Amino acid sequence: MTAADFLSIDLPAILVAVLSATSCGLLGNFLVLRRQALIGDAISHVALPGIVAGFLIAGTIATLPLMLGAMVAAVIAAGLIEIIRRAGRLESGAAMGVVFTTMFAIGIVLLEQTGASNAHIDAEHALYGNLESTLWLGVTGWDDALTWEALSQLPRQLITLAGVTAAIAIMIVAFYKELKVSTFDAGLAASLGLPVRTISTVLIVVVALAAVAAFEAVGSILVIAMFICPAATARMLTDSLSRQLWLSVLVAVIAGVGGYVLAAFGPQFWGDTDSLSAAGMIAVVAGLLQTAAMIAAPRYGILSRAIRRRTRQLDLPA
Amino acid sequence: MNPPRLIPFETRQPRNEIAPSPLSIRGLTVAYDDKPAVWDLDYDAPDRGLIAVIGPNGAGKSTMIKAMLGLVPTLAGDVRVFGSTLRQARRRIAYIPQRTSVDWDFPASAEDVVAMGLYGEIGWCRPVRRRHREAARSYLDRVGMADFAGRQIGQLSGGQQQRVFLARALAQKADLYLMDEPFAGVDAATERAIVNVMREVRDAGATVLCVHHDLQTVADYFDHALILNVHAIAHGAVDDVLTEELLQRAYGGRLAETEIRAIAGSA
Repeated sequence: MTAADFLSIDLPAILVAVLSATSCGLLGNFLVLRRQALIGDAISHVALPGIVAGFLIAGTIATLPLMLGAMVAAVIAAGLIEIIRRAGRLESGAAMGVVFTTMFAIGIVLLEQTGASNAHIDAEHALYGNLESTLWLGVTGWDDALTWEALSQLPRQLITLAGVTAAIAIMIVAFYKELKVSTFDAGLAASLGLPVRTISTVLIVVVALAAVAAFEAVGSILVIAMFICPAATARMLTDSLSRQLWLSVLVAVIAGVGGYVLAAFGPQFWGDTDSLSAAGMIAVVAGLLQTAAMIAAPRYGILSRAIRRRTRQLDLPA
Repeated sequence: MNPPRLIPFETRQPRNEIAPSPLSIRGLTVAYDDKPAVWDLDYDAPDRGLIAVIGPNGAGKSTMIKAMLGLVPTLAGDVRVFGSTLRQARRRIAYIPQRTSVDWDFPASAEDVVAMGLYGEIGWCRPVRRRHREAARSYLDRVGMADFAGRQIGQLSGGQQQRVFLARALAQKADLYLMDEPFAGVDAATERAIVNVMREVRDAGATVLCVHHDLQTVADYFDHALILNVHAIAHGAVDDVLTEELLQRAYGGRLAETEIRAIAGSA
């Protein structure tokens, strides 16, 4: 592997994977703690009809129209979920299930019927993303990687995701207390005068932003996995919210880098020449990390709980 | 002698020599769907009172507190706290929600939760500093929980969790404490701690309004009572309010005659 290959093929894909995982993983902490984990799932699916509509209206696959389309679709979905929840007297999980499957199906029908599928958007990309085709063209080696000319040709998904991830990190640092108290005890937060409703609306809008930015590059399977796995894994390892946030970033980075490396180079170890779906492998690594945490976490792991039970039994007076 | 003049509540200015009531409620009305929960409630809390809000299940006791704080939408009514609107007086109020209203698996220690009581004082976007954490530990000490500061809140017993909430309310350094069933399902040590803290803050000049469901202990722990069953049935000093007739009216057939007589007799 040459430096040019690594810089133009592997590095952008790894960075996109890590940034997608980090942005979704950070927000996932709050979604999981608010018992709203399914919202990430729902939004990543409803993004598809929005992206297709954005493409059809604008006629290009530029980031802005696709993003706008997806955001509008997410807002429509949020409204529909609320209407169905009230009119159909369903719990919100069921209402979400109805809305996002229907809207995803509409997206696929739109794709098939309008020829948008020729333009790099199709159902397969919606599920698995196109991480492998995130290319940094115009870079020839480490020497010219930091020149303005090379940097200006960085893939646009990478730049979008870097911006979204930075915005999310800044938001969480700046409003850490407010997010924490309104997630733990909305009653106290409201009595302190915090705008609890606005906070949860803004959180959902930012989730939609992250889901859409990541969805385009890595597909909905990885988006769903990243909203839940890093947060759930980190929760097993600590009892402090700030430490949980840091650990979820660590899990996201390990999954992103590890998953991509395994998918790209793993098959060569056992003599296969093909590579695997990077997004799929990243989700698998995230799932394995979660499983490992569930088994071996210091306090909440199955092993340590079994050991504690055993020692407690031994402590009992005869 | 002039006849008394009627002055609309909104324009009435508190006179300097008479401090405004810690809590004045006029015409508070709340409904869930079409079912009235609190109807046309008027109430003035006595200054430095320890007030029990009692009434049967579904009488609107919790709803009244939530409506006062703007946590549930009201159909009508006006609430004044020390003569000011809720928005102006927010920092003078501490609210203890029902213990079951939050998720105790949340990744936070007892100290973290108590520090939340200081968030109003710390302000938006500013971090919790060492002195805030020290203050949080001192409030935990006041409720006998100093040894549990670093414990994850889910690892505490129900009574200890309630004392964490109590310490958090103390951290708010309020003049009006609104407590929603703090005595529900707690051990004897916690019950004593709550009563002691209520008396301490009262002696320091605060007013405590507490939703309470154990009629046997109302007379021991409180000096005023508000009997509620959607409407305000009665309010006043505990001795005057805990009568057989008023309890019968509030609880209807839901309390045995002998029980009511025992409670009324104990007051």
